[in-house]
Amino acid sequence: MSAIPVSVGMERWELPSRGRVAMLSLITGESAIFTIFVVAYIYYIGNSLTPPYPAQVLEIPFFNTVCLLSSSVTIWLAERQIERGKMRAFAAWWALTIVLGAIFIGGTAMEWHKLIYIDGLTIRTNLFGTTFYSLVGLHATHVGVGLIGLLTILLFTLTGHVRVEHSERIQVFALYWHFVDAVWVVVFTVVYIVGR
Amino acid sequence: MADQTLPIAGVDITPRRRSTAQMLEWLHGWVVTVDHKRLGILYMVYGIFFLLVAGVEALAIRVQLAWPGMHFLSPETYNEFFTMHGTTMVFLVGMTIIFGFGNYLVPLMIGARDMAFPRLNAFSFWLTAFGGLLLYYSFIGGFGLYGMGAAPDTTWWAYAPLTEKAFSPGHAVDYWALSLIVMGFGTLGTAINVIATTLSMRCRGMTLLRMPLFVWLMLVTSGLTLVTITPLTAAQIMLTIDRYLGGHFFDTQAGGSAVVWAHFFWIFGHPEVYVLVLPAFAIANEIIPVFSRKAIFGYPAMVAASVGIAFVSLGVWAHHMFTIGMTSVGNTFFVLSTMLVGIPTGIKIFNWLATLWGGKIRFAPPMLFCLAFLFQFLLAGLTGIMLSVAPWDWQLHNSYFVIAHFHYVLVGAIVFNIFAGIYYWYPKVTGRMLSDTLGKWHFWLFLIGFHLTFDTMHFVGFLGMPRSIYTYEPDRGWNTLNFWISVGGMIQGIAVLIFAWNLVHSYFKGKEAGNDPWDAWTLEWAVPSPPPVYNFAADPVVRSRRPLWDLKHPDDPDWKYEA
Repeated sequence: MSAIPVSVGMERWELPSRGRVAMLSLITGESAIFTIFVVAYIYYIGNSLTPPYPAQVLEIPFFNTVCLLSSSVTIWLAERQIERGKMRAFAAWWALTIVLGAIFIGGTAMEWHKLIYIDGLTIRTNLFGTTFYSLVGLHATHVGVGLIGLLTILLFTLTGHVRVEHSERIQVFALYWHFVDAVWVVVFTVVYIVGR
Repeated sequence: MADQTLPIAGVDITPRRRSTAQMLEWLHGWVVTVDHKRLGILYMVYGIFFLLVAGVEALAIRVQLAWPGMHFLSPETYNEFFTMHGTTMVFLVGMTIIFGFGNYLVPLMIGARDMAFPRLNAFSFWLTAFGGLLLYYSFIGGFGLYGMGAAPDTTWWAYAPLTEKAFSPGHAVDYWALSLIVMGFGTLGTAINVIATTLSMRCRGMTLLRMPLFVWLMLVTSGLTLVTITPLTAAQIMLTIDRYLGGHFFDTQAGGSAVVWAHFFWIFGHPEVYVLVLPAFAIANEIIPVFSRKAIFGYPAMVAASVGIAFVSLGVWAHHMFTIGMTSVGNTFFVLSTMLVGIPTGIKIFNWLATLWGGKIRFAPPMLFCLAFLFQFLLAGLTGIMLSVAPWDWQLHNSYFVIAHFHYVLVGAIVFNIFAGIYYWYPKVTGRMLSDTLGKWHFWLFLIGFHLTFDTMHFVGFLGMPRSIYTYEPDRGWNTLNFWISVGGMIQGIAVLIFAWNLVHSYFKGKEAGNDPWDAWTLEWAVPSPPPVYNFAADPVVRSRRPLWDLKHPDDPDWKYEA
């Protein structure tokens, strides 16, 4: 029982998409988490009391970085394809995004394997180890979560459950992936350029 | 009306003698609910339960301190109690109750069917609920396999390196950190939900500048929560890495820094105060106009001041750390930024006073609590300005003066307005009025108890009594004052019991409320009490800030005057 009379002929009433608003809010919150970890990393640069130090063991992951950043382009192309209803092209670009993300995660795994087993750097070795594995690990976790989401959507696409009317949801999810890529730019700069 | 025969949140309409199966079905309905009204009630009930728990902890602390040399609690239990009292009041009482109000009221006030993401809403509530249980489970499981349980005893701000494995063995601190991480995600989910709801679910005509101020402040609070709770989550993850994986974030032996924890904690901790107090303002913004029979004075200024407070509050955290030792530039910055908060809050106080001015004031319980809030919040603000002056803070830091100051904010402002809000909206939620007589007993006893306790605390603070001490020597001159502080605590306890009895008693025996018992102006009073599951039978359309005023006074509607 609404007592409010419905008057007709009012101006158009449009509100922002709730999915987009929510994802942007989540990104804001996540940015705060990353900020704290990045600040801790920067504050502790050069404070390790024992080796190994960053300059001795870190190699700049150029290939990884190129892969992750180009995955932002491929997911953007996928977004454009689903808007036009080209589902096969969408699936192809989406799958390529997953491959690029997986290469990044694989590259990180190889880097960590080298650091742990050849250089003997673990999270408890020194302050550099603690901050490095935490920050890079936090980012890698986000890439992992993103990959799970990407894969789920790919499976639904291949089984025909994702259709053109879902393009907005796809774009909302893609916002998260763009965020993960953007964070990598910060992490990369701090860890491999400033901190080395 | 047909609506009132539907199964509605908060009202049990099933016949008196129920079979077990019916009971289970009823319970199941509450567990699986995604209705914002039911979740709002769950938040409130949960918060009020823990208010009683943390209140008992506070009273035990006060009995211990009532007289020098007492042994009412053991020193270990004493430390656990003040840690748990603080943590519980902030996270399990303050946060849950404000989001309870937000959950229940925001969709109703903006004319929406539900929150933007009902399932996320339920998920967030249960995360918060189980996070709280995790915290209290430490009383049983805190020492893990060592035998006896132990709650965290590191104070609620838990400064490193006390929380490191070497100084806090066992699992008490782990439970504390984990429960705050879990609750942090719950809070984040709710904040996202409130933002999406306010921005994307408003009914026709509800432009941003026509939203009730309550909704505006919940929006600002939620925005602030996004960047406030998350640093705490990050710091807790670091602490957990230190404790479980042997990391060195806060390990001073390996180059880590304990001061970094202090910064990270207060980067969360200070805006958190505003996360709690802005919803208290939100409640005052609804109640003061309705009980003064006037529209709020200076609506745009109120919105601007709230947004201003949120921004300034992000840059004041280190005023908790003057005694840790910063550069004079650092000190000066945080002194000035802290004083800056006084400007937007001052604007708010003047606007509330101007709303009262010339109004036809009704002294019902909601208004009584709001009026007390006005004066107490002013005093809390003034002692806040005093403490923002670094040299003054060096003198009184960690004394009972500080305790008195922040309890003036947390109790004198926030708890008073939470009570006001419950008296105001209880009729909407349950369909029945809370007893006026019991309400006035509650108000006056609580007011007397509050002032006896917290006014007196300022003076023991001046006399040099530090916080968090187990007991004290009889020759310090603190005896009589401490005794009266404890008496005041007991009076507040009695008042809260009267309130709890009122909640239960009025639920069954209270006067029928009707749709709009206070003759109010916002949309939630347009629907039956309690509201049907679907809220509004037809989507409402609004043309001004007071849609119900327009409806009741078609000859003199607000939209004629609002730009």
